[in-house]
Amino acid sequence: MGSLQVSGVTVAFGGHRALDDVAMTAEPGRVTGLIGPNGAGKSTLFDVVSGLRRPSSGRVVLDGRDVTRLGPARRARHGLARTFQRLELFGRLSVGDNLRVAAELGPERRRADHVVTEILDRLGLAHLADTPSDSLSTGVARLVEVGRAMAARPKLLLLDEPAAGQDGEETERFAALLRSLAGDGTAVVLVEHDMGLVMNVCDEVHVLNLGKIIASGPPEVIRRDETVLAAYLGDA
Amino acid sequence: MNPLLELREIRAAYDGITALHGVDLRVGAGQVVALLGPNGAGKTTTLRVAAGVHPAESGRLLLGGRDLTGADPRDLARAGVCLIPEGRGVFPNLSVRDNLLMMTFTGRSREQVEEVAFARFPILAKRATQTAGTLSGGEQQMLALARGLATDPAVLLLDELSMGLAPLIVAELYEQVAEIARQGVAVLVVEQFAAAVLDIADHAAVMVRGRIERHGRPDDGLRTELSALYLGSST
Amino acid sequence: MEQFLAFGVVGLTTAAVYAVIGSGLVLTYTTTGVFNFAHGATGMLAAFSYWQLAEGWGLPVPVALALVLLVLAPGFGLLLERFVLRHAQGLGDAQRLVITVALLSGFIATARWVWDPNEPRPLSPFFVDREPFRLGPAVITWHQAITMAVAVAVAAGLWALLNRTRTGAEMRATVDDRALVGLTGADPVRANRVAWMLGTQLAAVGGILIAPTVALDASQLSLLIVSAYAAAIFGRLRSLPLTFLGAVVVGCTESFLTGYLPQNEYLPGLRLAAPALLLFAVLLLFPHRRLRGRDRKLIPVPMPSMRGTAVFAASIVALGVLLATTLGEEQAITYGSMFALGVVALSYVPLTGYAGQVSLCQLSIAGIGAVVWAQLGAHGELWALGATILISAVVGALIALPALRLSGVYLALGTTAFTIILDRWIFTLPSFELFGVRIALFRQGSAEVVGPNLFGLRLEDTAQIMVFAAVCLALAVLGVAALRRGTFGRRLIALRDSEAAYATLGGNLLLAKVLVFSLSAGLAGLGGALYGMHLRSVTAENFNLVAGLPIFLIAVIGGLGMVGNGLFTGASFVGPNVLISVAPWLHNPMGLLPALVGIGVSRHPEGVLPMMRRGWEPLGRDRTVLAALLGLFALVWALRLGDVIGGWTLFVALLVGAHLLQKAAAVRQAAQTAPDVPVEWWGVRRPWRAEDKEVLARGLAAG
Repeated sequence: MGSLQVSGVTVAFGGHRALDDVAMTAEPGRVTGLIGPNGAGKSTLFDVVSGLRRPSSGRVVLDGRDVTRLGPARRARHGLARTFQRLELFGRLSVGDNLRVAAELGPERRRADHVVTEILDRLGLAHLADTPSDSLSTGVARLVEVGRAMAARPKLLLLDEPAAGQDGEETERFAALLRSLAGDGTAVVLVEHDMGLVMNVCDEVHVLNLGKIIASGPPEVIRRDETVLAAYLGDA
Repeated sequence: MNPLLELREIRAAYDGITALHGVDLRVGAGQVVALLGPNGAGKTTTLRVAAGVHPAESGRLLLGGRDLTGADPRDLARAGVCLIPEGRGVFPNLSVRDNLLMMTFTGRSREQVEEVAFARFPILAKRATQTAGTLSGGEQQMLALARGLATDPAVLLLDELSMGLAPLIVAELYEQVAEIARQGVAVLVVEQFAAAVLDIADHAAVMVRGRIERHGRPDDGLRTELSALYLGSST
Repeated sequence: MEQFLAFGVVGLTTAAVYAVIGSGLVLTYTTTGVFNFAHGATGMLAAFSYWQLAEGWGLPVPVALALVLLVLAPGFGLLLERFVLRHAQGLGDAQRLVITVALLSGFIATARWVWDPNEPRPLSPFFVDREPFRLGPAVITWHQAITMAVAVAVAAGLWALLNRTRTGAEMRATVDDRALVGLTGADPVRANRVAWMLGTQLAAVGGILIAPTVALDASQLSLLIVSAYAAAIFGRLRSLPLTFLGAVVVGCTESFLTGYLPQNEYLPGLRLAAPALLLFAVLLLFPHRRLRGRDRKLIPVPMPSMRGTAVFAASIVALGVLLATTLGEEQAITYGSMFALGVVALSYVPLTGYAGQVSLCQLSIAGIGAVVWAQLGAHGELWALGATILISAVVGALIALPALRLSGVYLALGTTAFTIILDRWIFTLPSFELFGVRIALFRQGSAEVVGPNLFGLRLEDTAQIMVFAAVCLALAVLGVAALRRGTFGRRLIALRDSEAAYATLGGNLLLAKVLVFSLSAGLAGLGGALYGMHLRSVTAENFNLVAGLPIFLIAVIGGLGMVGNGLFTGASFVGPNVLISVAPWLHNPMGLLPALVGIGVSRHPEGVLPMMRRGWEPLGRDRTVLAALLGLFALVWALRLGDVIGGWTLFVALLVGAHLLQKAAAVRQAAQTAPDVPVEWWGVRRPWRAEDKEVLARGLAAG
């Protein structure tokens, strides 16, 4: 299982609150969307959940276990994996080796080669296995990051703008991938600006604005929510 | 009216990937033009090309009818183009006064710069010796605007002025922007938060995937179109 | 009380010099982002120039001072900015570091070349003939008073410049946001120029003020900077007031240690090492830095093939045997250290090349390896070699623990401090007893080192030890290549490329870093033991900081990502001796070589080995040419052994032959790959192929 409960998380730099009493959940087998305008605090929330940033207050609970005080590596061993909006590939390793490092650190380290081949095939990246990962275009690099996170066989997968730079057809395929990941029982949390994709694949959407969750619910409700629209359009 | 700032058929790319596919934009003196659109549409790139910070692959950049295509940022700054970049228009470790001092390289005296800045934003006079990084977000944007004004620009390019600010402060800032435009400055504003800027804009352009999809007056039709863009079409 | 005051005055005077030098360092670092390891060496050059003008050529003191401080120093700063440091700004942390380390090494070599180190150069303090004056109970000489006054004036002047002038605002603004400075119409390059000119002047002032109280010695003066580093780190490389405070702490600590440290044979070194100990302590008091994002400029780490590596390792052994059988004893002593130093240099590959940890203490660890072997392997016992590697690895792990808190420039500083602590204190200790074991280091002189005893076969003469070292290097190359191909090598590269991603995938940063530090320390220790065997008797000077710099520089020039680095570094280190043996006057210019090439690293950040590898690859793949090369090798070797040809003929024949065969292989390779036929001529100049149609169709669709 890979359920996530975040409650009361606040991150303050000086007087500014990047996150303010944020609560959200993600369930296994479901894709949870996290949307909001630029600077709303989405990536900061991912840093808090993955252990790269300590919140000033609040709790992060993974599978019923409080992990707030654990470092990133310990959380990864509890089944958490993520991608980065700013792209954090291992640039000097090939695409295949990027995945292999993750697989060798994950629960299926004994069959790492098998895991790597399987994921590369699933993502349609098999022909890039030996390509140096610093020579990829941004769109492909994002996909490789998703693959690397998958190679760790996570129970909870945090994806930070994985589809940026993809065209219409690629986005379609990516949506299918997300659904199949959830179908495998993974809890997927998706930060994305492509609203078509979010509304299409998410079972539940949380909307973050100025560090606060301003709405949560299924996509069709969020789409018609006046507060959400106001946040995006900047109405008071 | 002749446009003061004009972009014609601008194409630009990052790492060989085209970000702008032929962008046309005109901003007249005293006009506020809002450039709206979802993330990654190419709005910031358009501003960067207009300020000379990013090179255009083709197309022309005209300033008051003069062709300044390919000029470097310092020349454009001297020709009266002022870019206030997203989220970092101030030097955080310098005092307010020293931030303003940095605007004297274009030939104005310290007194002139401070007079213009403090007249427009009196709160800055009270904070003169405070380090810019310790100001509130709104005050920092005021300082950024004030620094822009101090050079007496012909063209003001604003990128995401509202980022991370509460709506009331944003509205107040845009009031000041409108006031600046009334003095004959051509203002081009890039925004994701559309509402505040639509209240003061004379003209709006909506950009999607590197192209301007729609030009027009900021009316209700535009608002509906934007909400469809941001939150996915509801039909 | 009187004594206390006297030491206090001395301490404050020293502090004043450190403060002046340290503030120059802070000024250039904050404005330009380049941490200048050569800052102290710049001051050293200024002190020598001042001596030359005032004492050497007898110019009046004010004229000499004005020339150095107002003409030479700022001019030198401008030249450095224009031709070296401006290019450094666009580079990654490691390359910038290499460039200033190259400057440091180059300045010391220049000073030793121009000013013969064996000649004493007394420099008299300012107003030496005036009576010292009393201030209350304290007695102060005029030189001390002037030094302190200068520091106060520098403090006031810098404060006024930075806070009261537009140029100062421009400099501080450049630190905050370089791009934004460009948008205001100001000029960030001008701010940099001012910073380098002022920084050089401050270093010069410090150098001239301190030179009369210490000996005018190139490396000693250059390393005074360690105290100034400690002061600057006090100010976190940002704050000038804290830098001044740090200078007072360092200066007074040194002075009072001189006065009040108990007199015994173990402690005099502690006083000399005090600045380095303080530097180490201050570095560790830094708060944890957040997990770093990725560095844009990364040096590629090619995957060595197992076959290629095996061929390379075999050639190393062959080279060792060739040299051992053809060189005379004297030449063997000159060139034989190449394999031992090669092992030391190879230790940089996993540590710095893969894991990105810049360490300047590898040769010091080699020194530890040498003394451990000297003590445990006094009769050449083979187990002692294993123990040497093990003990060196433990030392490496001990360095790693504090080093985990540091990265980039701070790690380089920390390892420098460690090296200096060893140089000035630990290596100078007489033998002592620890937990009932008698430990002798260099015995305050030299330690005797013998060759290993290989199952009854005692390796004694230089030639035998050379072959043994070549075999060790070959094994180490195989080991490092296997590491690169395996899980641990991948992890090291991954954690360097993105610590954040590595940690969030469940990787243990601490464990990986400790392991790689001990692994490379083990290698360095082995190299040190081999180097010791080769030299037969080692002193602490063989392993000090200044001796280690050229090895680091050459290793970087070679390319830290390549396993060929060891042989390259070893050969390049001893290679120039071939020329020097022909033309002895080349001795000094050759000393400058590593520094000059190190400065050029900005042009080829990946090093020269990848280029060499590309050049030699065709030869490795072409069996015919390879056989020809082996034949040539065997032929000239046999001729030399039969005394038909001399050593020089052998050398030239191999050089020319290998070069010609490499060219031949390249030509044969080019002939095999079909020339590129333009698309219009397909089917005309070459036959039409089945796949051509599809290629054309795709090209048209894309166009």
